[in-house]
Amino acid sequence: MKQPNYDNSELNTETATGHLSAKRIPIITVKNLVKKFGNFVANDHLTFDVYKGEIFGFLGANGAGKTTAMRILCGLSSPTSGELMVGGYDVYKQTELIKRNIGYMSQKFSLYEDMTIAENVRFYAGIYGLSRQQRKEKEDRMLKKLGLEPERNKLIASLPLGWKQKLAFSIALLHDPQIVFLDEPTGGVDPITRRQFWDFIYEAAAEGKTIFVTTHYMDEAEYCDRVSIMVDGRIAALDTPDALKEQFKSEDMNGVFLQLARSAQRTE
Amino acid sequence: MRTIKYILQKEFIQVLRNKTMLRMIVMLPLMQMLVLVFAATYDLKNVDLYVVDQDLSDASRGLINHFEASPFFRIHDSSFDLEDGMDQLKKEESDFVLVIPPDFERSLVRDDAADVQLLVNAIDGNKATLVFQYTRGIISAYNKHIVMKWKSLPEFNPPMRVDTHDSYWFNPELDYKWYMAPGILSILVTIIGMFLSGMNLVREKEMGTIEQLNVTPIKKWQFIVGKLLPFLVIALLDLAFGLIIARVVFNLPIEGSLVLLFGFGALYLVGVLGLGLFISTVTETQQQVMFITFFFMMVFVLMGGIFTPVESMPHWAQQLDRLNPIYYFIRIMRMVCLKGSGFADLIEEFVSLTIIGVSFLSLAIWRYRKTN
Repeated sequence: MKQPNYDNSELNTETATGHLSAKRIPIITVKNLVKKFGNFVANDHLTFDVYKGEIFGFLGANGAGKTTAMRILCGLSSPTSGELMVGGYDVYKQTELIKRNIGYMSQKFSLYEDMTIAENVRFYAGIYGLSRQQRKEKEDRMLKKLGLEPERNKLIASLPLGWKQKLAFSIALLHDPQIVFLDEPTGGVDPITRRQFWDFIYEAAAEGKTIFVTTHYMDEAEYCDRVSIMVDGRIAALDTPDALKEQFKSEDMNGVFLQLARSAQRTE
Repeated sequence: MRTIKYILQKEFIQVLRNKTMLRMIVMLPLMQMLVLVFAATYDLKNVDLYVVDQDLSDASRGLINHFEASPFFRIHDSSFDLEDGMDQLKKEESDFVLVIPPDFERSLVRDDAADVQLLVNAIDGNKATLVFQYTRGIISAYNKHIVMKWKSLPEFNPPMRVDTHDSYWFNPELDYKWYMAPGILSILVTIIGMFLSGMNLVREKEMGTIEQLNVTPIKKWQFIVGKLLPFLVIALLDLAFGLIIARVVFNLPIEGSLVLLFGFGALYLVGVLGLGLFISTVTETQQQVMFITFFFMMVFVLMGGIFTPVESMPHWAQQLDRLNPIYYFIRIMRMVCLKGSGFADLIEEFVSLTIIGVSFLSLAIWRYRKTN
C-alpha cells in the first residue's frame, strides 16, 4: 500500500524529522507496567516510551490489552505495578495534574446526545476552566474547520457518526492538552471520514501535540510515526512502520500484524 | 464554583429536554395527591353490619336503631338465624355480626343486664379494633338512653354522672386527609429525589459519558454536588406543587413557617439524594439502581410511620427508625403543617437529619471513583 500524501506534506516531515533527530524527548515513560484483573494479566510488563510530538500507534487484536493500558495512562484505571510518567507527572500520585494535560476520546462515543453542539462545547470548556472569551474563539474556529457552523444548535443525536467522531476529537482538544489519547477513534466510520479524521490528527501533531492512538485498521497503522503491536498483553514489536515491514519481510503492516497475531494464545 | 455552575446548567438542559422525565415530575404530585390521599384512609365508614335479632322486641329494635343512626355502620341485612350471620362473615359480605339473643328484653328488665354477641371479621386487626370500639360506644349510648327512659320515674334520683367532653387538637374534625397529605408529600419528595439522582448518574455510566468526565480535572465533590443540586431543586418544586394541591383541594392547614418547611425539605433531600447517588456509584445499570432504590424506598416508607404509628412498633424497630430519614421528615411535615411547630420544637429532627445527610453524602463522594 502506498503511503498517503500526508507523508510529503510540510506537517508530517516536521514530525518525522522530529523523532529522527537526536532530541527525542520522552513525554510518556512506561516501565514494567503490569495490570491484573484477578488472575488475568491484561498488561504483562509493558515497557515503552512515547516521544513528544509523535503519532504513536497502539495495535493489537481484540482483548490484547490496548484499551486497558490506555485507560491506565489516562488515570481511569490504576496499574497493579510498574513505573509510569505521563507529561512529566507520576500516574500514581499526580493523576489530577495529568488530567489537565491530556485529552481523551473513548471507544464509546461520549458527547451528550441530548445536547446541542454548542451546549457540549460550553460544558466541556467550562469544566476545563476556559474563559467565555477563550471558549467563543475556540468554538468558532473549531466549527468553521469542521464545517459545522450551521449545525451549531443541532442536537448531537441528529448528526451522522462521522461528524460526531470529528466533533468528539475536537472537543478533546479544547483545553490544549499536550497529549491526546484516542481509543479506536475511527471505528465504524466510512473511509472518507477516516481520511479526514487523520488529517485532523496530523494537524494536531503538527502543533506539537503527542497522539497516542489505538486502531484496528492496518492502513492507519502506516500513518503513525511509530507503532507497537500487542499480543496477549505483551508488546511483541515496536518500531517505525517501515522498520517493522523490513523486519517481518512484509509488503504492508497487515502482513506484519498477521504474523504476530497468529502466535496469540488468548482469545476474546 | 464555576465548575458546578456548568454541571448544573448541563443537568437542567438534559432534564428539561427529557419529555418523559418532565411528565413524571408534573404527573407524580398530581396523581399522589389526588388519588393516594383519598385512597389511603383509615376513616372507618360504611361498615357492613349483619343483624341476627332473635328477640324481636322493643328493646332489640331500639338497639338496632342506634346502630342505624350511626354514620359508621350500614345494616347490610338481617335474619333470625345465627348460621346466616356466620355465613355472611365467611363470604366477607358483612364486616361484623350483631347477635341479639331471644331473652334480651326480658333479661334487661328483670336482671337489669343483658348480653349481646359481636362477631367481628378480624383479618384486618386495626379495623376490627375500631369496629369494636365504635360498637361499644353505641351500646353504651343505648345504655344511657334506656337508663334515662326507664328509671326517670319520680321516685328515682337522677343518676350521678361524669360527663366527658372530647376535643381533638390540631385536627379538630379528625380529617384523615390532613394526616395523610403531609405523609404522602414526604413520599413524593423521596421518590423524585432518590430515583432521579440515582438513575441520572448511572445513565452516564451506561452511555459512557462518565469516562469523558473522569478524564477531566473535575473534583469528586464538585461532581457529586453538581449531580445533587438539580434534583434537590426539582424535588423542592414538587413539594411546593404538592403543598398547593393539598391546600386547594383538602384545605390542608399550613400552620407553621413555609421557610422552615422548605429548609427541612432541603436538609432531608441532601440525605435522600446522597443515598441515591451512593447507590448509583456501586451499580452499573439503571435496572440495578431501580431495584436497590426500590428496596430502600419500601423499607423507609413502611417504617416511616406514614400508615402505622411508629409508637406501636417493637422497640428494636423504633431504634432502627432513627436511621430512617423519612421517619423524621414525615414527623416534621405533620408537625409544621398541623401543629405549627417551630424550629425549637424540631431540634432533635434537625440534628438527626443533619447527621444522616452528611453521612450519606460523604459516602457517595467517597465511593465515587474517578480511577477504577
